[in-house]
Parts: sequence; C-alpha cells; structure tokens
Amino acid sequence: MEKFTLHAGLVAPLDRENVDTDAIIPKQFLKSIHRTGFGPNLFDAWRYLDPGEPGQDPHSRKPNPDFVLNQPRFRGASILIARKNFGCGSSREHAPWALQQYGFKAIIAPSYADIFFNNCFKNGLLPIVLPDFHLDHLFQEVAAHLGYRLAVDLPAQTVTTPSGQVMRFDVEPFRKECLVNGWDDIGLTLRRQDAIRAYEERRRASEPWIFS
Amino acid sequence: MNALTLYDKLWQSHLVHEEQDGTALIYIDRHLLHEVTSPQAFEGLSLAGRKPWRIGSVVATADHNVPTKGLERGIADPIARLQVETLDRNVVKFALPVYYGMGHQRQGIVHVIGPELGATLPGMTVVCGDSHTSTHGAFAALAFGIGTSEVEHVLATQCLLAKKAKTLRIAVDGRLPAGVTAKDVVLAVIGRIGTAGGTGHAIEFAGSAIRALSMEGRMTVCNMAIEAGARAGMVAVDAATIEYLRGRPFAPQGEAFERAAAYWRTLVSDEGARFDRDVAIDAAALKPQVTWGTSPEMVVSIEDRVPDPAAEKDPVRREAMERALEYMGLDPRTPMTDVKIDKVFIGSCTNSRIEDLRAAAAVVRGRRVDPRVKLALVVPGSGLVKRQAEKEGLDRVFIDSGFEWREPGCSMCLGMNDDRLSPGERCASTSNRNFEGRQGAGGRTHLVSPAMAAAAALAGHFVDVRRLA
Ligand code: SF4
Repeated sequence: MEKFTLHAGLVAPLDRENVDTDAIIPKQFLKSIHRTGFGPNLFDAWRYLDPGEPGQDPHSRKPNPDFVLNQPRFRGASILIARKNFGCGSSREHAPWALQQYGFKAIIAPSYADIFFNNCFKNGLLPIVLPDFHLDHLFQEVAAHLGYRLAVDLPAQTVTTPSGQVMRFDVEPFRKECLVNGWDDIGLTLRRQDAIRAYEERRRASEPWIFS
Repeated sequence: MNALTLYDKLWQSHLVHEEQDGTALIYIDRHLLHEVTSPQAFEGLSLAGRKPWRIGSVVATADHNVPTKGLERGIADPIARLQVETLDRNVVKFALPVYYGMGHQRQGIVHVIGPELGATLPGMTVVCGDSHTSTHGAFAALAFGIGTSEVEHVLATQCLLAKKAKTLRIAVDGRLPAGVTAKDVVLAVIGRIGTAGGTGHAIEFAGSAIRALSMEGRMTVCNMAIEAGARAGMVAVDAATIEYLRGRPFAPQGEAFERAAAYWRTLVSDEGARFDRDVAIDAAALKPQVTWGTSPEMVVSIEDRVPDPAAEKDPVRREAMERALEYMGLDPRTPMTDVKIDKVFIGSCTNSRIEDLRAAAAVVRGRRVDPRVKLALVVPGSGLVKRQAEKEGLDRVFIDSGFEWREPGCSMCLGMNDDRLSPGERCASTSNRNFEGRQGAGGRTHLVSPAMAAAAALAGHFVDVRRLA
C-alpha cells in the first residue's frame, strides 16, 4: 500500500450529504476486472452530459460545466471536502479507487459510511473526520479564495489552513500506523498464522459443522 | 456473569487476536463470492504468490451480470462476459469446491442462495464483497459486507481486521396490521433513524413483531440494515430459525444437527444485556411505505404526500430534498397515490424469496397489469426459488396477469445486465436502493414491498394495497 504521511494540496468542495457509491462510480464501470482506470469515470453521471459507458475515450465526452470538479479553479484538486455520510451504499472498492485515481489523496467530511471508510484505508486514501462547524468554515473559505489549499499531517493528526489555523482530527492508532508505514495488512496478519491455526483447532472441537 | 448481547457473543467467539487499541483479528467462517468484487482480489493473491487459506469456506456464484432471459445465448456484453468468465477461471485456478455459475440450478443472488442452502448458519461470521451481506444476520450470524482488499485478506488469512461496533437494539413490538410487511418495517425504521442512523453500530432487530416474521421476512429486514448505515443487522435464534435450517444441504444433518441446534439456541441477547442505543417502534401503527426521493430515508406512508422542502429548516437538507424532487420529477405535496409508474420490478436480495413471490402473486391473481405499465418483471432470487414458484403455479399467475417471468439474478436492482430503466422512467421496485441512476441512468426508483409493487402494477400508479379488495 502507498504510504501516507504529509500532503498539501488544492481543495475541491462537494456540498452534498449522503453522496453514495453509485454516484462516485456508477455500476457500468464495475464490470472491469482491473484495479485501475476508474479516474475518468469518477462521479460520471454528474460530471458529464452524455451517458457514460466503459471503454469510451474520456476526451470525446461532454463535460457538465455546472459540476464543481469541472470548474477550472478546481483542476488538479487533491483534497475533497464533503458532507455527512459520504460513501454510503455499496461495498464497491471501486469508489476509493476512482477517487484516488482521479487524484484525490484525502477527503474531509463530518462522517462516512463504514465500509467506504474502511476501504479508503486499504488504499492509502485518507478519510479525515472533522466536525460540521469546521466543514462549514472550510466550505466558506474554499468559495471565497481561489487556489485554496490545505496541508494534512497524518503523524501529527492535523489539517492546517493557509492562514495557519490548525484543526486536529482523530484516527485509530492501528490504522494510522499501517498508513504511515504503508504496511500490507495481509502480511501483518500472516505473522499470526499460529494463532489462527490454534483458533481453528478450538472451533473445530466446539463447532465441527463449520469445517465440514 | 455479565449479561451479553447477541453481538457480544458472536464477536467474542470469533476473536483470534486483539491489538492494544482494540483492533481485532476475527475469524471468518463463511466467505461468499460473486463476480464483481472478486477479480482484483484473486489477482492480488496471485501477484503475492499466496494461496487461499480454507477453500471449504467459500460459496461462489455469478449474479450481478447474468442475463435474466435467453441464457443459452450467453452474455452479449463482452466486458460483463469477461467478468463472469474470470470468476469461472478463478474457481478452477484456486480449486474452489462450491460454485454455482450461470445456468446452474442452484445459481442465484448470493444473499438468497447462502441461507436457502444452509450455508449460512447461526453463530457464523459471514462476509461477502457486497454490502447486503447483512441479510445473513437474520440467522443470528455476524454478517457484513467488505471491500475487495478485504476479500483478498479473507481469502489469504481466513481473518479480517475489525473493530468492535457499538450495539443498537431496534425493538418492533406489537402486531403488524394486514398488508404491512417486513419491507415496510425496515423502510419505516430507516425513515425514523436515517441512512446514517446505524453507522458504527451492529443492529439487533428484536421485539414481538420481528419474532412473528418468517425467516424470509427477517432476511428482508436485515438486508436493509446497511441502508440504515449499519454494516450488520441480526435477529436472535428461535424455533423458526432452527426449523428453517433443518434438512438444508449445507446444514449439519441428523444427530449433528441437534447438537448444533442446542448451541444455536444460546445465540440470543441475555436478559438485561445493555445496548449502546435503543429504538422502539410500535408495529401496530405502521403503514405501507413508499420512498419519494433518492435516498432510502426519503420515505413516507402510502397515505402521505410528497414532502415540501419549504417546510425544512436545515439548508443542506432542504437543498437535498429539492435536488431529489427535481431528479424524481415530483412536485411537493403530491399524494403518493397520484404518482404514476412506467415499470415494476419484483426481485433483488431484499424481496425475491418464495414468500415475496407468493405475496405478490396473491395480489395479482386473476387481474391484469395496467396497460400504461411498459414492463412488469418478476425475477426470482435463485434457481431453487424459481422452481419452487413454478411448482406452486406462481409463474402462471404472473404471466397471465401480464408480468414477465425471468431467470434468477440481480437484474434491475442495479441494472448491470440488460434489465434497466431508461432516463425519466419511474419504477415501483422491491429492491433496496433508490439512488440516482441506480436502476439505469436517469431512472426513478420508488422502493416498496412486493405486495405494494404488485398493486401498483395493476393500477398503473401507487395504491394502498390494504384498500385493494
Ligand atoms: S440484488 Fe441488488 S442489492 Fe442485492 S446483491 Fe444484487 S445488486 Fe446487490
């Protein structure tokens, strides 16, 4: 997994609640058997005026000028600010893949759906939780300033504004450690093979039908 | 001894290891796989030179992309076909013993076939790369959806990294009025607590109205726990749970079944167990539900009108309502019974089991689908459901009324195959998500129970199924 320590970047606002994974990456793109190639179809139905199908040349599409990410001022954004319950709906990991492959490194929202939140960490995309009042403030600042940037420091658990305001966020220590070091979860778990085997033996004795 | 919740018991019995900060390694008993969220996991496994830990835990099927008619012609869309073929190949490559591919008599929606085969058992942890894995919690299993990286993690290690959730008990007490079903219960719950209401929690559905539900009804309720934000929903074991499982092919048989059942009966929340949150719902006051917007929490009863955003004080919420009404092509204050529909879909892992089809058939028997309805589809959840329905003559009831009777799969629940809505089309659907574009780009979905969908098909608009004499 990609490491995450420090990141500073341009901020784009998505001022909606309950942004669901069908909106983040519509189902027709889930037919791919690959892990990459989803960036051009992030928010497809909002981002383009023509219907999106797998395999199109992105340059032949008609961008929707009203969609916020299509505004020139947000080109190259790498931090997305959003509203509550971001990433609700399906378990598709294609959602964080699409966000990341578009260029986002971090998301800031007041809350996330559980599966999406988890999937982000597995891919080195940092979902930061900040309270509503901070987000209200950030949405105002982004609207008011061209080229509004934030600096994220994961080891210190802070988000810093251009004016030097520091907002602290919480992150579970284990997730943080994995992300900061870019650790491979599976490799970590396999270090506990013996414990897993011992556990299986106990269960095999008490609930043999599980293993038949 | 401490009084434990059902969730506490399931969690403790699967704990392999715990980190300082509470991050735990939990053991996975049953791993369900389908074609959409598994290819990248198998690829990752191969690239790292790893092998599956316990192939006997896996039950695999193809459901999302499969066509529901003309199966002999295969899948026309080459990208979808490649995805199903990739699963076919991975099953061989990794020697997975249980696979019900396209055309197999036991093929079906992964959340329908797990329970009907007895592959989902009480006391198990059940995972699948699919958010509606919560369905299996109806059997007092700890069942939840995972992402593709986690699919790979479970394949490689038989474990998952997880943190213990908080507990939420939703007690539905009293008797459900006639015409009010499990689907109405769960839609009403979501309307009450919101789509983020269960975030970070495992929900236990309890109370006399839940105990009075069949296993199919309990599955419908647990299925939509994820729409309330909870990864897992569950119901305690009782006699109905055990009788449902007796004789199922993957369940233990004979004396072994009795031994297992003795353990399963302990899978209930202890008297006096404390939940982090409690919600109480009065079953007798519930009415048939219909969603009006683009989130499952945007729901009202069939007696109500489309809400008016002008009455909403919170500006973010008001804007969401306005946007939803615009997308749905609805005016504020329109009576729900005036909303006309173009298509009807009876199916999905929420409502495609035999009991759902019986409920819908009972409404349409001897009547005709309104001529304004362009397409009324019945898609059974599995090959076994389909054959059972045909044995009972339900296929004839539907076909005689003007419905199409299809082959099993996810179908128009998400429209990855050819079954979908065209832009602007309005659908009465028994599925679980009414998000923008869910059933087809620009499509408008209203979530309802099977009986309500059937009634809407006959009338050409939403009607109160209780008034349909
Ligand atoms: S029926 Fe719908 S919700 Fe259920 S697994 Fe299939 S696509 Fe997902």
